[in-house]
Amino acid sequence: MCLAVPMKIIEIQGDMAVVESAGLRREVGVTLLDKARVGDWVLIHAGFAISKLTRKQARETLAIFAEGNFFG
Amino acid sequence: MAEKNRLTLLADRLRRFPARPQTKIMEVCGTHTVAIRRFGVQRLLPPGVKLVSGPGCPVCVTPDRFIDEAVALARQGAIVTSFGDMLRVPGSRTSLEEERAAGGDIRAVYSPLDALRIAADTGKETVFLAVGFETTAPGIAAAGMMALEKKIANFSLLTSLRLVPPALKALIAVDSHLSGFLLPGHVSAVIGKQAYEFLIPQRLPGVISGFSADDIISSLLCLLEMHNKGIYKIMNNYPRAVRDRGNERSRAVMAEAFAPADAEWRGLGVIPASGLQLRPAFGALDARRRFAIQVENAPDRRECRCGDVLRGLIDPPDCPLFNKACRPDQPLGPCMVSSEGSCSAWVTYG
Repeated sequence: MCLAVPMKIIEIQGDMAVVESAGLRREVGVTLLDKARVGDWVLIHAGFAISKLTRKQARETLAIFAEGNFFG
Repeated sequence: MAEKNRLTLLADRLRRFPARPQTKIMEVCGTHTVAIRRFGVQRLLPPGVKLVSGPGCPVCVTPDRFIDEAVALARQGAIVTSFGDMLRVPGSRTSLEEERAAGGDIRAVYSPLDALRIAADTGKETVFLAVGFETTAPGIAAAGMMALEKKIANFSLLTSLRLVPPALKALIAVDSHLSGFLLPGHVSAVIGKQAYEFLIPQRLPGVISGFSADDIISSLLCLLEMHNKGIYKIMNNYPRAVRDRGNERSRAVMAEAFAPADAEWRGLGVIPASGLQLRPAFGALDARRRFAIQVENAPDRRECRCGDVLRGLIDPPDCPLFNKACRPDQPLGPCMVSSEGSCSAWVTYG
């Protein structure tokens, strides 16, 4: 149930942001992060960004995703 | 390819690891339970090592009474919104899926924000079933705050949120046979490493783990190594997502809306300060205050041993109903209903 996926912030409007990963876009809440900026990679769980990632960390996780060596 | 080789090497190291006899590692995240069985990690364990599942699936630990309350709300005409996993969970008499078939307005959502949108769009009383651990609770708190801010007065929460550390404390108080914990990845992204420090004086190591095969096998190797050498530490083996100190802002939002409260866990009974209840300032969001919810006492669940599975006392096949009367297509107990329940994972992945 605590699944979370890395996505990139492409737009911020107040408490909400548009995030994108692998062509999929979603509107999520960003109030659980200290500072969210366009271009940040974040971990999304149940409609909220819960953690910030570096680009390298996000890439590593997404690569694991793509290989299927992942279930989360 | 390098990744494959690394994985093969890790798997090999695990198979040959000179573990102490009767080593028992508990995982406390439903996503880990599924990943372990999906990758077949249980077949890589060296002699003497056993992996057991703990109370890591929010759907599984939620008592029947909560489903009964949700059913009662739907029967009063409220729109009941929930993460999809909850819909098939049998209450003491019926499930939300059955209520929906009978005409109840019950909707699966991905996020509490979706529930808030439904409330705003329909103008009807909309209740969100707030279940989950520390990963989920901050977002639910934030959605509640948005409802108050935007004056969406027809939105409320039926809460059954649970906290991981108090459950682990309760477990180790009754079971001294554990050797260490594979700690949840995304719960830890919120609560951080320090939340598990109470394990150290109990001489129990813990490793925060991600969800890839590589993550899980390397975390198990760390745990076995610490257990062998008598090193008791909490390690963060998932720095891709977890900062050692967690996410303070998430914790602050959660603490603003919710206060710890005693809570009942299936199989574990009532554990002090292991749940979350809305603080008085957020009382307007409390479905239990807004509606007169009356449910009868739930009869005991006969034969189903979900409670023992959740404490790591038995493996799913030890239950007399397992894969016979209780199957993924016809589940009787919550550990078979939830795709992240141990029983379901054992049937699905063997």
